[in-house]
Amino acid sequence: MITRLILSDRGSRWLFAVLIAAAVLVPVGNLLVPAGSPLHIPTYTVTLLGKYLCYALLALSVDLIWGYCGILSLGHGAFFALGGYCMGMYLMRQIGGRGVYGNAELPDFMVFLNWQELPWYWYGFDMFPFAMLMVLLVPGLLAFVFGALAFRSRVNGVYLSIITQALTYALMLAFFRNEMGFGGNNGLTDFKDILGFSLQADGTRVALFLASCLALGLGYLACRYLVTSRFGRVIVAIRDAESRARFVGYRVERYKMWLFTFSAVLAGIAGALYVPQVGIINPGEFAPLNSIEVVVWVAVGGRGTLFGPVLGAMAVNYAKTYFTAALPEVWLYALGLLFVLVTVLLPQGIVGLLGRLRLRRRTSETTAATAEAP
Amino acid sequence: MLARTFLGRLALGWLLAVCLLPAAALADDFAERVAALNAGSFAEKQAAADAVAASGHPSAVAVLKALLDGKLHAAPDGRVLIVGADGAVDAASGEPVDAVAGSSRIVINNRMRAGLRGLIAQLSLGHPDAEVRLQAVRDMLPAMDAAAAAQFREALATERDDTVRDLLESGLALVDLDADDPAVRLAAVQRLDGRLNPTVRARLQAVADSDADPQVKAAAAAALKRIEGKLQRYRFVETLFFGLSLGSVLVLAAIGLAITFGVMGVINMAHGELIMLGAYTTYVVQQLMPQHLGWSLAVAVPAAFLVSALVGIAIERGIIRFLYGRPLETLLATFGVSLLLQQAVRSIFSPLNRTVATPEWMAGSLAINPALSITYNRLYILIFSLLVFAALLVVLKRTSLGLKVRAVAQNRAMARALGVRSARVDALTFGLGSGIAGVAGVALSQLTNVGPNLGQSYIVDSFMVVVFGGVGNLWGTLVAGLSLGVVNKFLEPYAGAVLAKILVLVFIILFIQKRPRGLFPQKGRAAEA
Repeated sequence: MITRLILSDRGSRWLFAVLIAAAVLVPVGNLLVPAGSPLHIPTYTVTLLGKYLCYALLALSVDLIWGYCGILSLGHGAFFALGGYCMGMYLMRQIGGRGVYGNAELPDFMVFLNWQELPWYWYGFDMFPFAMLMVLLVPGLLAFVFGALAFRSRVNGVYLSIITQALTYALMLAFFRNEMGFGGNNGLTDFKDILGFSLQADGTRVALFLASCLALGLGYLACRYLVTSRFGRVIVAIRDAESRARFVGYRVERYKMWLFTFSAVLAGIAGALYVPQVGIINPGEFAPLNSIEVVVWVAVGGRGTLFGPVLGAMAVNYAKTYFTAALPEVWLYALGLLFVLVTVLLPQGIVGLLGRLRLRRRTSETTAATAEAP
Repeated sequence: MLARTFLGRLALGWLLAVCLLPAAALADDFAERVAALNAGSFAEKQAAADAVAASGHPSAVAVLKALLDGKLHAAPDGRVLIVGADGAVDAASGEPVDAVAGSSRIVINNRMRAGLRGLIAQLSLGHPDAEVRLQAVRDMLPAMDAAAAAQFREALATERDDTVRDLLESGLALVDLDADDPAVRLAAVQRLDGRLNPTVRARLQAVADSDADPQVKAAAAAALKRIEGKLQRYRFVETLFFGLSLGSVLVLAAIGLAITFGVMGVINMAHGELIMLGAYTTYVVQQLMPQHLGWSLAVAVPAAFLVSALVGIAIERGIIRFLYGRPLETLLATFGVSLLLQQAVRSIFSPLNRTVATPEWMAGSLAINPALSITYNRLYILIFSLLVFAALLVVLKRTSLGLKVRAVAQNRAMARALGVRSARVDALTFGLGSGIAGVAGVALSQLTNVGPNLGQSYIVDSFMVVVFGGVGNLWGTLVAGLSLGVVNKFLEPYAGAVLAKILVLVFIILFIQKRPRGLFPQKGRAAEA
């Protein structure tokens, strides 16, 4: 079945070929090739690629609901950030007595704020399995409750987009508060190690990169499985004619709710993998702008196809890394233009453009063939 | 009340003008009188002080006060200086001077002190400006004695201003609180009932705590309680005003959006940036006419309307018209535009905040009583937003453009069939909505920092207001904006500013679940479109 999922579609074949190649070549290039060699891949690049993979997974989760079900979430960054905070809390507890204040029980910022004991919601985050469970549960539960409320009362289209934006905005304001117990403005940072391995070590970086590869691959497979299943076909039916799907007898809100929850969990996983690689999580991740940027990755790549968003996330983020270093002034202009041009000229994104080009080549070939024939 | 302070300002201006005309002659004479203060004997000093008081010079009070506070120094070269914590000024001319070595304090004795207090009070209480008199009485209240009471009585005989009279009577009652006869004290407590001055409250508290007579004590406690109740009511009014002020800002920011989003179904994420453009237009206008700050806002309002409207029309013609019927795509494209506008402003004006000056007529505040004062800028902006709302309503309901806009919004195909050029109407509607955003920017420039991120901070709020009020309904926007502002301000004392905002957001999210079409949903076929 897995082979069917991978091989039945040209984009998926490409994606998995590249993903597997990266999973082999990057560790070899980083760990085995000596540092002087031109083939050596610096750790900085490994981490950067790992970051892009997390973004790709996030884009995938947005595409799943937007491209396949027409739910435009402008707040998916919230689920990403919540997953990230769960991971950050685990990493924070791993610091133990090595913090600036040397308090084994409390993270530095709590000592700084004169807190006497750990708040109850921090309990258990010193255990890796519990933290990982929370990575899935916290975004999932929030999305479930939010989705159950919103979809049952048939909040649709633009209204839904705006209340998702309100959700992430409210969370951002909340996490900025010191009283929340999540480090306020500065967020969680200064991480030392994960599962006993130092986060600064090349080996750990490569392992995190591989984990991101794996997560993206598995996430992609799961999405692909979802959208090719019967469930997926109902989802597409809801996207195209919601009322009709409802009248035919499908419980539209349940389908939407579960899809939304699954998508949020994917976003949470992406966030959890993102945090140890960049080494910080702060309330800025909740900013509405971030969530909208994710939507742009999906639009650029091509929504309604699963590999499109992966491509879009990689391409836009590479461009961002390049421009912010080379021409920082230009980046926002470029991003703004990208939004406008893609939505006006390329509604199907890069994937749609490639498809059109291929179609044109084929028709020109056939016309050429028919012209030669007589 | 408004008229009184206004007249007060006029009087002050007139006074200044009168003082400036014969300034030279007056100054010389005044300088001589001030120099005479550095005399050998206390009697001579007292005579000199009387002369200074009689000069009628505007800084006479300042000089006498300095003498009373021991800040008046005599320099070896005969000049007299007022030495404060932040440097010295020449007492006669009021010009700053360098501290002179070897200058000594002009010493006075207790008898002179009493005389000086009387002179200062007399000067201030007889001042033609009611504002100055009021301040003088207020300053004297904490240290009332028999001498001050005598002066108060004298002032009461001629005083015409009700507020000043009121305060003078409070002062007399305060003196009576020290009387030996409990009946007098009781009467004084009763006269002080309901007065909001902090000194009165402190004295009543003292009486309620420790008066020898239980009846007086009880009366004071009761009076205090009534004053507290009154204060509570004023605090309520004040919070209500702050809430309405915040609400009016929200309405201003959201009302343009209500048109583009509500009437046209277009989601304009660049709306915040159009507000920002309006604020920057104000800045540019002020740079262009630095001599006429008072008029700058009057010029800025139409200018900002034009700038934002033109940019809005450009956005509509260049981008949005290709995207009608695809609301989510419009959202993304206009978001791109917002990034472009932000970056453009950063490139042109620098990423730092610009300062927009507040014209004099908007500065200051309207003090209704000691417990309640209302800042002018917020008051004007509240009025302004209501005016903008009314104007918009008139445009939509009473003009041919408004008729066409509503027709296109209700049924595009039918309107076109009847000869409405829908493309032109779309552009104009978008221009109107954008122009109002620009006007909102002018108002916001008086309240917050003008920077490239100005728009971003309002966009989420504006959407909330429109969605809460019900899309396509201007009255809904007004009610939603004002009520959200008021709710926010009433929550703030209990929850803090940030938490209040979060609570409001959560409330809206939940509210939308209950009523997905807002407070005032559109009815009929339009609702299905």
